[in-house]
Amino acid sequence: MAEITLNALAHSYADHPSKPEDYAIREMSHVWEQGGAFALLGPSGCGKSTLLNIISGLLKPSNGEVLFDGKRVNELKPEERNIAQVFQFPVVYDTMTVYDNLAFPLRNIGVPEHKVKSKVHEVAEILELSDQLKRKAKGLSADQKQKVSMGRGLVRDDVSAILFDEPLTVIDPQLKWKLRRKLKQIHEQFNITMVYVTHDQLEASTFADKIAVMYNGQIVQFGTPRELFEKPAHTFVGYFIGSPGMNFFEAQLDEQITFGEHVITTSDDMLARLKSMGSKKVTIGIRPEFVHVWDGKNDDAYQVEVDYVEDLGTYKILSFFFNGQLMKARLSEDQQVPSGQIYVSFPEQWTKVYVDEYLVDTDSLTLHSQTKDAQEAHNAN
Amino acid sequence: MQTKVENNKAWFLVMPVFLIVAFSAIIPLMTVVNYSVQDIFDPYTRYFVGTEWFKQVMLDSRLHEALLRQFIYSFTILAIEVPLGICVALMMPTKGRGASLALILVAIPLLIPWNVVGTIWQIFGRADIGLFGAFMAEIGVDYNYASNTTDAWLTVILMDVWHWTPLVALLCYSGLRAIPEVYYQAARIDQASRWAVFRHIQLPKLTNVLIIGVLLRFMDSFMIYTEPFVLTGGGPGSSTTFLSQSLVQQAIGQFDIGPAAAFSLVYFLIILLVCWVFYTTIMNMQKDK
Amino acid sequence: MSLTLQNVSRVVDGETWINEVNLSLEPGSFNVLLGRTLSGKTTLMRLMAGLDRPSKGKILMNGVDVTGVPVRDRNISMVYQQFINYPNLTVYENIASPLRLAKMSDSEIDRRVRETAEMLRIDPFLDRLPLQLSGGQQQRTAMARALVKDSQIILFDEPLVNLDYKLREELRQELRALFKARNCIAVYATTEPNEALALGGNTAVLHEGRLLQMGPTSQVYHQPKDIITAEMFSEPPINVVPGHVSNDEVTFDDTVHFRLNNDLRSLSPGNYQFGVRASHIGLVPHSDDDLELPVRVDLAEISGSETFLHVHNPHFDLVLHLSGVHEYQVDQNIKVYFPTHKLYAFDAQGQMVHSPARMREQ
Repeated sequence: MAEITLNALAHSYADHPSKPEDYAIREMSHVWEQGGAFALLGPSGCGKSTLLNIISGLLKPSNGEVLFDGKRVNELKPEERNIAQVFQFPVVYDTMTVYDNLAFPLRNIGVPEHKVKSKVHEVAEILELSDQLKRKAKGLSADQKQKVSMGRGLVRDDVSAILFDEPLTVIDPQLKWKLRRKLKQIHEQFNITMVYVTHDQLEASTFADKIAVMYNGQIVQFGTPRELFEKPAHTFVGYFIGSPGMNFFEAQLDEQITFGEHVITTSDDMLARLKSMGSKKVTIGIRPEFVHVWDGKNDDAYQVEVDYVEDLGTYKILSFFFNGQLMKARLSEDQQVPSGQIYVSFPEQWTKVYVDEYLVDTDSLTLHSQTKDAQEAHNAN
Repeated sequence: MQTKVENNKAWFLVMPVFLIVAFSAIIPLMTVVNYSVQDIFDPYTRYFVGTEWFKQVMLDSRLHEALLRQFIYSFTILAIEVPLGICVALMMPTKGRGASLALILVAIPLLIPWNVVGTIWQIFGRADIGLFGAFMAEIGVDYNYASNTTDAWLTVILMDVWHWTPLVALLCYSGLRAIPEVYYQAARIDQASRWAVFRHIQLPKLTNVLIIGVLLRFMDSFMIYTEPFVLTGGGPGSSTTFLSQSLVQQAIGQFDIGPAAAFSLVYFLIILLVCWVFYTTIMNMQKDK
Repeated sequence: MSLTLQNVSRVVDGETWINEVNLSLEPGSFNVLLGRTLSGKTTLMRLMAGLDRPSKGKILMNGVDVTGVPVRDRNISMVYQQFINYPNLTVYENIASPLRLAKMSDSEIDRRVRETAEMLRIDPFLDRLPLQLSGGQQQRTAMARALVKDSQIILFDEPLVNLDYKLREELRQELRALFKARNCIAVYATTEPNEALALGGNTAVLHEGRLLQMGPTSQVYHQPKDIITAEMFSEPPINVVPGHVSNDEVTFDDTVHFRLNNDLRSLSPGNYQFGVRASHIGLVPHSDDDLELPVRVDLAEISGSETFLHVHNPHFDLVLHLSGVHEYQVDQNIKVYFPTHKLYAFDAQGQMVHSPARMREQ
């Protein structure tokens, strides 16, 4: 069991890094509490796997330190950190039975055989592998193999964290649901710190209590799935979380915020803050889920032109042109499908304003501390 | 697939293969079969003798001895070359310039012609001018491969190990390279010992290349001729006269074409049988896994 | 250009990989092959391409039997799950390679390569080697090579599996737009229901080598012919509850009763499997005839905008797909509302005998 702390951590694959782009991981400090479920979410090449390998000890960071329960572990090898890792492609010892696979980490540290037996049976029971114990691991299906590799972590009493590197990539959709559910139950039952790396926002958000969204080697936002969805701190978070992502458009800031002939309504606080920042250009973001589509004519709403509607089964996506900009709105399955000229409005609460890609937040007077760090790194470019 | 033939063009395409197989294998083999059942005095005088030569060959004590020698020899070099080859492969560097250098160094013995290998070791082992022989003499070991049976065996085996372990090593090296990095990572995290990594990750992934390696080395060593012929000439006495050499002695030295032909066929069948037994055993072991 | 498969089977070593498939693909259509791993998607595509021969049955192109014609003599392109490009050729030469084989003039090749590259937004990378590109760009290159030569059939074998979720979303949209303007047949294999829905067009559901259903995607989704199709074509998986219909009421597992409504009146008495989509069960009643069901919470999976609530009662498990964030503790007792007018009913053989009225209109 462990609390994981990243202290001024940075990593570069280059020998003599000089500029921020040389870093696969740009300087970051975070504390991940004991027993939490965390996800590292981002596109490929964002540095999430690098960060995971630094935590597991497969990679040594070039700057800063990693602490487990306050103890520096930079110098410890993976086998000395008491962590377990589940990889993208299932890793099982082909020639051994499922039982021997699960027993392997225990036998390696010389646990007496009767203890091995009870522990293996206990874990197999939880993972629903009890009737597979005598089979060779080679013949298992992909999802069972993933369970076995997870089980090799769970058998150890001393395991401080389980790390997952895109563990559901090779699993069929129907089984993904089952396995994800199992993961979540195990997390609740064992109270182990878990870190889950993925590019899939649904996997990340359903698994994790808190998600670190990574972009260009930085964590651009660290928050609950709900925070990421409702209040994306960076335009990238808005784009990457949500399906489809947030709608963005460039607006003009004068006395008011205008987009073509339309005025975007915001609070007076916001306007005052924006003016103090001195930027004339702002980016407006609104999630498709929060775009309000009116049934009939409405003078307070914007009149827009429908492009097309897609039926995605449980919901529909309406594409429309707002002052020439293609935008999307999410409609529920039962909602009327509009066509031609329709009326939409953006509720003030959900209309977010971004300057230089970062959210302008009027709820708290200063920017989030991590956002500020990232902002500085950004400005340094 | 059960689909009907639509034209006969395909037959012309496979014809060359048939012809090559016919000329390279079937016709020579049939010639040998023909010789093995006849007594030949000169190109025009020959008698059909049935299984006479086969009986003679099977009862010939010189051949029994050669066969026994051959088995001891083949199994000894396998017992040395396979584990040694694996060890060498495990120790070879995997990245950077060291990897290419190691590959070249290991491959060198394979590039030397058989008779040159024999010559190299013949000189190498001489007590007067050879490095190895002189060294043995220097440290007071009475070593002479030309007169001492044990020394002759030792030298012949050393020579084979030197010449052919690289082949096993290279096969294993390629097998090891094909193991994905995550397996090693998982093993480290599971706190597996070096031996456990070898036993449960590397060895299982090496089985296929090892089967090929063992089969190749068995067949090759079972037919060994040139190197011991150059080095010891089969001596002292007939202590290093292996099967192929005794076959040549019979066929060319004594011009006993008939018995030599019968001998060849028996020889051929033995290799086939041993390889088949070996292959099926391993395949069955694989299946159980 | 149409493609027809008549009673096509493929048997390998005594195992039936494709079983009596009948399929007709129209020119200009976008067709999704939906099926689990090993359901026969790739085998079927290989038969369409002419890489393998069917053990039985005929393949017709434009009504002409092409069963024995090898792939070289058919005008076909294929895009694979792995990013397959010539590593030693530049992106430009990779895209140009099928045209060079067709002995096209240099100026024509240049025009086409640039046009296709622009369409797939890889025109800035034409001089690079494939391995210098990101995964998404590599797959775009492979797609450009497939699209450049005006094939009559383009086969995609799970082309987006190895890409980021967000890139998939974008490429799916692009693909759909690309094929609107073309008159070739596109076949796209996937395991994911959401991908099939996002691609639109037609969907063919494949299970254990058999074609279960083929039709416009939205129709297959809303009107699955049988229970396997319904299960396979829904995410999260459709809830299935065994039930019994008598003259005037429906019973689930001997415990839950409700009066037979107008919607279900056509069902004759007997045993059925009732299917209900996760998004149709609510926490509040949506209509007067919704059935109140006391359940216990197993797990609440919360994404930022939605909640997947896993619950059970003594007889069956249910998954609810709710919009918004709903936090519940494990083992909490709650009530959910079961929409009795949004039920699918499947008979003992698993065939659909009833679908919700609203879905039938679509």
